[in-house]
Amino acid sequence: MKNEQDYIRDITEIRSMMERSTKFISLSGLSGILAGIYALVGAYVAYRLFFVQNGTVLYNITDRQEMYGEIANLVILAITILVLAVGTAIALSLRKSKTQGEKIWNPTARRLVINMAIPLVTGGIFILILLSKGLFGFLAGATLIFYGMALINASKFTFEEIRSLGIVQIIMGLLASYFIEYGLLFWALGFGIMHIVYGIVMHLKYEK
Amino acid sequence: MKSYLDELHKAFESRVRLGIMSTLAVNETLDFTALKEFLEVTDGNLASHLKALEKEEFIGVKKSFVDRKPNTKYFMTKQGKKAFEAHITALEKLIRSQK
Repeated sequence: MKNEQDYIRDITEIRSMMERSTKFISLSGLSGILAGIYALVGAYVAYRLFFVQNGTVLYNITDRQEMYGEIANLVILAITILVLAVGTAIALSLRKSKTQGEKIWNPTARRLVINMAIPLVTGGIFILILLSKGLFGFLAGATLIFYGMALINASKFTFEEIRSLGIVQIIMGLLASYFIEYGLLFWALGFGIMHIVYGIVMHLKYEK
Repeated sequence: MKSYLDELHKAFESRVRLGIMSTLAVNETLDFTALKEFLEVTDGNLASHLKALEKEEFIGVKKSFVDRKPNTKYFMTKQGKKAFEAHITALEKLIRSQK
């Protein structure tokens, strides 16, 4: 006959199996910190290149030809940051999953990626539409809002803390859309500072 | 006390079966490979436990083809859900009664 310890172990086992089979836990806090740093560097480069150099705020440039050149550079910069951040997240998750003895591309990882991709791809297309209509001012706000929604959608399949990060990003996005002249500042706050804060919190909580 | 023990279904005594039921309780369907990855057991071991649970009609099987390869998906039946929930309740009661 089993004793109390066995029953408690059974319950713990059930809970851990339920969690392991629904949540992707190989996400590393460090990748959040690094993503934040890339974003801050990117925001600084954008500020130096596009804002200060011209002595005027981007969406005030009157020369359309010149403006499209600037926007193309800005998009390239943004894509570079994105690739760096995602690449780092994948590399660090690979390392973490190896030490945890988990397979990285497990069913929970697949679900996480699919659920993040839906709002992200929607946002990407929406932003391209904004750009094509010349609504450059909403660039910072739109990226933050869609990224925030992607995080909230993904939070069901990984650490729950991602949900609060998503809510913060949406708030930043709304502020960036209303106070367009401070768009880049809110963008740096959301993608830069908030990622770093979140990364440190997660690192201390789960990887110590 | 005795009655609680009777409620513990003997089909859930093994760790692997408990694992299968736990993962299927929170996932609509899972294929053989996914179950194997989560439970970290051998093919033969998993197959025999799945067969046993299937016989009890606690889980169901959906067979299909993905890229011409056979793909078997498992899901929890209503009966299985009921039995599993009763099992958890019984476990909780047992722990509480022994405190």
